[in-house]
Amino acid sequence: MLKISTAPHMNSPQDTRSIMRDVVIALMPALVAAVLIFGLNALTVVLTAVAACVAFEYLTCRYLLKSTPTTGNLSAVVTGLLLAYNLPSNMPIWMILIGSFVAIVIGKMAFGGIGKNVFNPALVGRVFLFISFPVQMTSWPKPDFLNFLNTDVETGATTLGILKHIDAESSATKLVGGLENLPDYGQMFLGYTGGCLGEVSALALLIGFAYLLWRRVIGWHIPFYYISTVFLITGIMWLNGGNIQVEPITQILSGGLLLGAIFMATDYATTPMSRKGQIVFAIGCGILTVIIRRWSVYPEGVSFAILIMNAFVPLIDYFTIPRVFGTGRK
Amino acid sequence: MSNKTFHIGGIHPDKHKITTNKPIEDAGLPEIAYIPVKQHIGSPAKILVSKGDKVKVGTLLADADGIVSADVHSSVSGEVLKVEEIEGEFGYLEQMITVKVEGDEWEESIDRSPDIIKEITLSPEEIIAKIREAGIVGMGGAGYPTPIKTTIPEGKKVEYLIINGIECEPYLTADDRLMVEKAEQIIVGAKILNKVLGIQNAIIAVDENKPNAIEVLRKITRSYVGVNVQVMQTKYPQGAEKQLIEAVTGREVPSGKLPVDVGCIVQNVGTVNAIYEAVQKNKPLFERVVTVSGDAAENPSNFMVRVGTPASYLINKVHGNPAEIGKIIFGGPMMGTSAVNINAPITKLSSGILLFKDDHSFKPEETACIRCGKCVDACPVGLRPFAIASQVRDGDYHEMKQLHVLDCIECGSCAYICPARIPLLDYCKLGKYELKKSK
Amino acid sequence: MSGIIISNILILGGTALIAAIVLYFVAQKFKVEENPKIEQIEALLPGANCGACGKAGCHAFAVACANSSETEFKDLFCTVGGQAVMDKVASEMGYVAAVKEPCVAVLKCNGTCQNAPDKVIYTGMKSCRMANRISVGRSGCPNGCLRFGDCVKACPFGAIKMDEVTGIPVVDENKCTSCGACVRTCPRGLYEIRPKNNGVRVYVACSNTQKGALARKNCKAACIGCMKCSKICEAVKVENNLSYIPTTVSAEEFGASLAENCPTGAIICTKNSSSAEVKNEQ
Repeated sequence: MLKISTAPHMNSPQDTRSIMRDVVIALMPALVAAVLIFGLNALTVVLTAVAACVAFEYLTCRYLLKSTPTTGNLSAVVTGLLLAYNLPSNMPIWMILIGSFVAIVIGKMAFGGIGKNVFNPALVGRVFLFISFPVQMTSWPKPDFLNFLNTDVETGATTLGILKHIDAESSATKLVGGLENLPDYGQMFLGYTGGCLGEVSALALLIGFAYLLWRRVIGWHIPFYYISTVFLITGIMWLNGGNIQVEPITQILSGGLLLGAIFMATDYATTPMSRKGQIVFAIGCGILTVIIRRWSVYPEGVSFAILIMNAFVPLIDYFTIPRVFGTGRK
Repeated sequence: MSNKTFHIGGIHPDKHKITTNKPIEDAGLPEIAYIPVKQHIGSPAKILVSKGDKVKVGTLLADADGIVSADVHSSVSGEVLKVEEIEGEFGYLEQMITVKVEGDEWEESIDRSPDIIKEITLSPEEIIAKIREAGIVGMGGAGYPTPIKTTIPEGKKVEYLIINGIECEPYLTADDRLMVEKAEQIIVGAKILNKVLGIQNAIIAVDENKPNAIEVLRKITRSYVGVNVQVMQTKYPQGAEKQLIEAVTGREVPSGKLPVDVGCIVQNVGTVNAIYEAVQKNKPLFERVVTVSGDAAENPSNFMVRVGTPASYLINKVHGNPAEIGKIIFGGPMMGTSAVNINAPITKLSSGILLFKDDHSFKPEETACIRCGKCVDACPVGLRPFAIASQVRDGDYHEMKQLHVLDCIECGSCAYICPARIPLLDYCKLGKYELKKSK
Repeated sequence: MSGIIISNILILGGTALIAAIVLYFVAQKFKVEENPKIEQIEALLPGANCGACGKAGCHAFAVACANSSETEFKDLFCTVGGQAVMDKVASEMGYVAAVKEPCVAVLKCNGTCQNAPDKVIYTGMKSCRMANRISVGRSGCPNGCLRFGDCVKACPFGAIKMDEVTGIPVVDENKCTSCGACVRTCPRGLYEIRPKNNGVRVYVACSNTQKGALARKNCKAACIGCMKCSKICEAVKVENNLSYIPTTVSAEEFGASLAENCPTGAIICTKNSSSAEVKNEQ
């Protein structure tokens, strides 16, 4: 029997599932880096978070919403990965489960599922954990290259933590103590530094970024404008006699900036639709990140910056409606 | 420096131009030709023949009824079997003239010699009259009668004549082959239109993915004044009239206005070739180049096909196995229509017949919008298809209008690109339909 | 401690009070004088905002009633509320309401999956209006039901349901208010509003205007324009190969014989029962 349908009769090879699969692939180098740096603990955290997120999404769809489970589109896997990447590698399992629950059920499914959530689910989960369990969320295992079974739980501060610490004391004693603990650029670039398990290796994240660009999953705009804004503002502060804290290259390589800019500020559902809007969003994220890092009590501001800008997305979308062809030029 | 293209949106679908190097073959004559009397926009032509009449190739079968209408000529010689409503492409009944083919006898007035006549002796008015008598319509797919388009309204001035050789639809290569094989005819046709419009500024716009056509056209245009080739960057939907004007001249046709309002006239290469044949060779429009392709076509090719040839005849020609064919598309895969009737005839507007296997015939299930914004990026008109879809679902007409749904050119870029497989084009069409109905 | 609580109560309470006062004056200033009858009439109306009366909604209808003269009022009728509501509205106005028979929507097609089997597979958006644009429909009948249920979605009263077996929509005459939403939505105009007549109705369940043989090719239950019905009752007209039974034809008198004598079963006569019985002659 002949089939009939409306035009177009072909579709782009990219569908929701393939996009999510590409994001998962792009996140893999960072996972490898995390296992190399933090040992198998990192893998446990990641697997727990992914399994929990997928399970919660499946259960919510099945029993709460009574609809066909949407786990097949792999978006829960991405959420799980991103949540895990935002946790320290020695996070207790039960906390990861709570984080996953908040991320998927409250952050995503409560809004109506994929595409309808206002806030990035992984960040919702992370911030929830961050506020609820500050101690566990800020005890960063020290990097220990290739020691997979990393049983001793020696912890230290992140680069940004050290910088914040300096700030608190330096008003009197100008940059003493702690500074020698700062990793150099090379260490930060490769990821041999304390921090959340997925955010430490700039190299791995940039490989993922290149892959996403090549697969045309994301555009370069958001990461570029986000990172440039941070670089510019901290650069100006640095040149105006700022101290080591605002040294722009350290700012970019440390903390969750690259992870956030590449993978979370580019989340489709929670960012503006139009190019113009995306640029506004990215610049806003950049400004907020610097403000939080520099002046708030927290050393790290990427999660909060992105979540706050998420809330502005409808407004940005409203003001950046693209111009319709044949109307109002010149 | 990269070549020119339009600036808002656009996509790059897989080209599948598998028939680019297949020369145009003569499709031969079907046993029976079904010639519809409405192959254009406007009122159907008035039928002049009746059952039992003997007709020749080029005999006038039906006369244009009113200004927005076009003559229909016989494409075959033989006996008129019946004049009645027959199931067309969509299964709806259409008025058709059925001719039983006997031999291949042409009207004497048609010049069948292969020589190219370069001298243009007729005056602009005589040329337009010839175009009208030949029943020429826009062969790119719109089917707007050409005489109206070439008659410039009072007070308007035309500066550019753009010959559309873009053919941005995947699979189709009919225009491509026509440009390679009938380049000089097209260029003389452009000169004829130049004379009608009183300008010396015809631009043949060709996508850069047609190197053969570009080479041939460039070589020949050297010896013609006032006809130039413009190579364009490949992007869909560059062949859309307004997008092409913007790409070539940088001018935007305002919403709700016509190309002539910005001093441009766009003609498809097929139409220009038909104009050449009508004016210089006295040959009415009764045959055209059709690409028959798709993954269910064993031997895809380009054919010179008489209007009225049933699609099934061409499907046999490419050894399409009827059991394998899941879908038959008239036109390209982006904007073409899927046919219900395998015997539906080729018309002046059919640029291609695509045969898809079963696994390419089903539309994927619609899933939830992930707000990726790809439809916004892709829309060449700068619309927000995702927003239109949600307004259409809610039935909010006022909001639909605010979203400029009536400016949609129905190119299908949004639905092609959507990773959630939302039939965005369907929603836009539905919105347009509802808005027009509610007026 | 108690000091803080008291000051909190005072501050919040004070803010609320000031806001209330401001709101009161603003409301007074922007108050729109409206005919009090409008509100009273609107309260009587069903509030479905279906537009069956020809007005934009129930409020617009109430405005029209309140501003009407006695003769103008005769032309206003809320089919959804029916006679009972209109009588109440009329007494509100001191007028007499027009008397209208209760009506119901009927589907003028019996192209079920069995009578008119699929000839092509439609894939894509499940919408009659869309399917109607791109083809003659799955059964091949150019006038028949497309079986995607746009009318089901359009009905504001949930009176139309898709019959899973036959594939065509069924109108629940108890829920149908004859608002006409289905009539406006159906791209092929298959719905007709006919008098309810206590459940006894006779009508032609076909809209195909093709010649008999062609119509029968696609659908067993098609009207072939054989004129048999017009011989039984002279008021029945056959035009364009399609029979039409005017609403003036008495269903009690001619219904049974019209339905029995139709060779294709295109004429349907409903019995006096809560659900319409559809006669399927094979």
